Amino acid sequence: MRKLLITVAILLAVHTAFLVFSPRGTEAVADPDATRVGIVLDVGGRGDKSFNDGAYAGADSAMKRLGADIRFIEPGEGADREAGLRLLAAEGMDLIMGIGFIFTDDLIVLSREYPNSNFAGVDFSVGTDEAGNVIPPPPNVAALKFREEEGSFLVGALAALVGNSKRVGFIGGMDIPLIHKFEAGYRAGVKHVCPDCTVVAQYAGVTPEAFANPGRGKELALSQYQSGVNVIFHASGATGGGLFEAARATGKLAIGVDADQAAEAPGRVLTSMIKGVNAAVYDAVARVDGKTFKGGVYSFGLAEGGVGYVYDDNNRALIPDAVHRRVEQIKADIIAGRIKVPSTR
Amino acid sequence: MSAHPIRMAGIDKSFGPVRANRAASLDVAPGEIHALVGENGAGKSTLMKILGGLVEPDAGTVEVNGRDVTGWSTSDAIANGVGVVHQHFMLVPTLTVAENVVLGNEPRRGMLFDRTRALTDVNALIQKTGLVVPADRRVSELSVGEAQRVEILKTLYRGAKILILDEPTAVLSPPDVRELWTVLRKLRDDGGTIVLITHRLDEVIDISDTITVMRAGATVGRMTTSETTPAEIAKAMVGRDVALSVPGRETISGPGATADRPSSAAGALLLEVRDLSVSDSRRIRVVDGVTFSIRAGEVLGIAGVEGNGQTEIVEAIAGLRDIAAGSVVVSGHDVTRATVKDRRAAGIAHVPEDRHRRGLILEYSIAENLVLGAQDEFSKRGSLDGARIDAHAREQIAKFDVRPSTPAPAARTLSGGNQQKVVIAREMGRSFTVLLAAQPTRGVDVGAIEFIHRQIREARDAGKAILLVSAELNEVLALADTVAVMYRGKFAVTMPASDATPEVLGPYMTGGNSRDAA
Amino acid sequence: MSESFRLRAEEALLPSIVALLIALILGDVLILMFGESPAHVYSRMIEGAWGNPYGFAQVLYKTTTLTFAGLGIALALRAGLFNIGAEGQLAAGAFGAAIVGISLPAGTPGLVAVPLCLLGAAAGGLLTGGLPGVLKAKFGAHEVIVTIMLNFVVLALLNWLIVERLRTADTLHTPEINAGAVPRLSEFIPAFHGSAANVTFFFAIAAAIWCWWYLFRTPGGYALRATGLQPDAAEYSGIRVGRVWIKAMALGGMLAALGGTNFVLGYKHYYEDGFTGGSGFLAIAVAIVGRNHPFGVVIAAFFFATLSQGGLAIHALVPKQMVEVLQGIVILAMAAAVPEVQRALRSARKVVAA
Repeated sequence: MRKLLITVAILLAVHTAFLVFSPRGTEAVADPDATRVGIVLDVGGRGDKSFNDGAYAGADSAMKRLGADIRFIEPGEGADREAGLRLLAAEGMDLIMGIGFIFTDDLIVLSREYPNSNFAGVDFSVGTDEAGNVIPPPPNVAALKFREEEGSFLVGALAALVGNSKRVGFIGGMDIPLIHKFEAGYRAGVKHVCPDCTVVAQYAGVTPEAFANPGRGKELALSQYQSGVNVIFHASGATGGGLFEAARATGKLAIGVDADQAAEAPGRVLTSMIKGVNAAVYDAVARVDGKTFKGGVYSFGLAEGGVGYVYDDNNRALIPDAVHRRVEQIKADIIAGRIKVPSTR
Repeated sequence: MSAHPIRMAGIDKSFGPVRANRAASLDVAPGEIHALVGENGAGKSTLMKILGGLVEPDAGTVEVNGRDVTGWSTSDAIANGVGVVHQHFMLVPTLTVAENVVLGNEPRRGMLFDRTRALTDVNALIQKTGLVVPADRRVSELSVGEAQRVEILKTLYRGAKILILDEPTAVLSPPDVRELWTVLRKLRDDGGTIVLITHRLDEVIDISDTITVMRAGATVGRMTTSETTPAEIAKAMVGRDVALSVPGRETISGPGATADRPSSAAGALLLEVRDLSVSDSRRIRVVDGVTFSIRAGEVLGIAGVEGNGQTEIVEAIAGLRDIAAGSVVVSGHDVTRATVKDRRAAGIAHVPEDRHRRGLILEYSIAENLVLGAQDEFSKRGSLDGARIDAHAREQIAKFDVRPSTPAPAARTLSGGNQQKVVIAREMGRSFTVLLAAQPTRGVDVGAIEFIHRQIREARDAGKAILLVSAELNEVLALADTVAVMYRGKFAVTMPASDATPEVLGPYMTGGNSRDAA
Repeated sequence: MSESFRLRAEEALLPSIVALLIALILGDVLILMFGESPAHVYSRMIEGAWGNPYGFAQVLYKTTTLTFAGLGIALALRAGLFNIGAEGQLAAGAFGAAIVGISLPAGTPGLVAVPLCLLGAAAGGLLTGGLPGVLKAKFGAHEVIVTIMLNFVVLALLNWLIVERLRTADTLHTPEINAGAVPRLSEFIPAFHGSAANVTFFFAIAAAIWCWWYLFRTPGGYALRATGLQPDAAEYSGIRVGRVWIKAMALGGMLAALGGTNFVLGYKHYYEDGFTGGSGFLAIAVAIVGRNHPFGVVIAAFFFATLSQGGLAIHALVPKQMVEVLQGIVILAMAAAVPEVQRALRSARKVVAA
């Protein structure tokens, strides 16, 4: 016992010594006039190279260009979402954002309690009443919504045109309606240019962890490539890392999602379906900064430039000019309403 | 070589409030077999752990071959030729004998294990010592006696010149013991020094040259074997006169030995076993069509080398093993398919052979262990009745002389003898008609053996039917009215105890004589 | 008496304190590596968890789930079974409570509705916990494998039900329950305003007291612990070991499942896919650190809840992963200090033949 007591004393001394350390001295004092923004990220968190990182990138440029002061919180379980939002609201942030549709209820609760704060929800799900009319979000909540199916339609067409195979692949993260939107658009895009092609669609799981499981992603990708698929599009957050690994290993093609993921597998990324989360986040911060923020539904599609696909020096070699022209034509047709893109499977 | 191989003096060692050794000493001369004897908890093992470097003494000096080595480590001890053969084997069952022996000192060829050389080395060692074991067999396929030889080989392979054996005969059959003695004498004659921990007096007389007796942590006597008697040793161990109920040529007389057993032919049939067969997990018949019955006031003793079905026969009667064929009837009730609980209700009490595995919940207190199996009866409106459990414990502790005499200590903390007394108290302290007593005195000291034997005799006199299974032939002969020898799942012979002697039974135990003598 | 009590207390607590300090020091080093001051991070953490009524109430909320799940695991461990299925049991319990709550007519009085919802939760746990118990007792199927697999099965099944059958549009949850909601603690303590902490916290405390009584004061608990300590001795004494296993797993599953009511009855009033977020796995650590003692479980649950809530508060300073690493270190260090674990580690090294 005595030995243990001495151990306790020594450890306590070491710990106390560490407490005195303060590597940065005092914390950098923030500009008191800066716009203060708090962002609660989705499960998957920073480093998913797509959805959350997109939000982070938008916030980052807002910090740099607008001098905004931005704090991030990454929740662990269901109750942490509200707790995170609350923590930020209690600090009197000018704008509080929840990244992901799952924040919908929490944002509604908080926006009522803090009517003078501004809230924004990426993928905020707008309900409908019994008559089918859209229930608008509370006046201080901006619902930032994307028509992912439109962008997915374009990359689906691209995958079928370039893939040189009757089978094209899709990997979803969690098996939920939001991701079904990607699949539905993609499927329709494939069928639009190649009616007898089949789409192999698989999901990584049924829990939010399915967005953070690269091992499973690689497994699914390899089995799809093995079965004759040459191009795979993923909508699976960090799980997609496994797809890119598989693409590097097999030399086949992958399509990124949310942000430009060309760097994940250089030369093997056919394109990326851009979801302008960064732009939407930046836009919301800028509105608060410019005192023009207003609640309501903001829908971002091809027409608004909220979704799109990447065509630049990285992938120009992979896409023949004729194909590019064809896809651009489809894009114009969608914007003009000549092609209707389904959002459900 | 005038220096004594081992000289320990003034050794003190405490574990918390327990003083395991107090001013203990040990002096072993070169080239002798030295017996270290004492009751359970007398401090023998602690003293040997200090010698082997497992435990550091609080005070005192340890000298090996004239050099002060107080407080050395186990690796020092091994490097200096001190080897300990533990009671519990430390072998890897899936490796061969040779691999086990060289484990830790493997001969190598380059980076690789040199299997061929290991085998030749070990075979050479077997030749030299006479410790015969098949070197290429897996340890899992060996008998207990063979496994022990592997342990000794292992120690010798590491170059041990001073060999410490901790109760080596506890698990051996008489022929195995005789063989072990031959080997030990040979080792001694080749210049080795041997310390034997034991509490069997017949062994001490048989094998040792010198004896050190310990009691309550201290060394209380040192004698030359040829000049002493078992009674004298026993008295030194226990601190008073003891009635040794072990018959045989060097028997110490005393009241309550073998002769005054009342006749017991007329009692009612309490246990009837007919054509009992039991299969083990590999579907091999380990009990094969055994039939016997026991009357009130009768003790049936089953002798035999362990592993011939004794364990299984008892467990099958107790309800712990499936019965493949045959029937078990207790006081006229067929319990062949009954649950353990129902059999207990029918009147079976069971002292299991392994108190650590079956007989006790080691983490439970004495009081809790005393109601094991009866916990439902010791409760009131769904809650355990603490006051009644406590009162029950105090009563049984007093009646069966359990020490320490308080209900609270965990069974784990008791000495082997007192643990066994708790089991005996629980099983015999309630009403029963049939007692299954498997190895009832295994690993307990002389005082406790005497006590347990008295309990069994009293139960017999009270009209209980008793099935006694023991690896100690002497114990069977001392207590049983009828003796059976089990060999390969069958009764090789059944005869009245009055006709049985070790000489008559011996051949049956090794399968040498298959004629039924009864 | 007091001397021996002091000894026992020291024996029980000192290793944990040493383990905690080691974890803290490793945490110091980690925090310094991120260029932050340990004192600042720790004080912010404590402040976020205990420094304000809201944070403290959130700790109580998290304690509730972890206590229930930890009790479920501890009870099974006392019977010698490793229940890895608390995650699925939590979800099944929450779902069961939600289904009952949805089926009841609106306006059912709480005194009727709440017990019914609790029964619904318990039924979910009875299924998900009892099944591995039965498979273990009847066929010798290892409970670790079965409970792990059942987690996937349960979560997938519930996900399918939510997505395909019960979902309200555009979300991942069931409709709200009509009856069975329990009040939040903020109704009695206004300072807790906004916190999810609710009356099920007291249910959890009651469950812990019940567990203690059951394990240490009833013949059933006596048999259960005996089975866990030495199954062969339990069998010898007439205890039906298989039945004890089934009972322990079923009870453990039900306890863990009741943890789901914290979210459904106390907080959101609906079942939401993935709400557990790994609480069922964290509860394994809660049970081990709490040494499988019901009151130890409550304390350990409170401790891990503090770490989790405090972790939220320091996100601005250090990444979430660091909080997780810190949590992992604490679990490892504490687990290594538990005598049972040490014994298991030691005996794993020792191979005994014959």
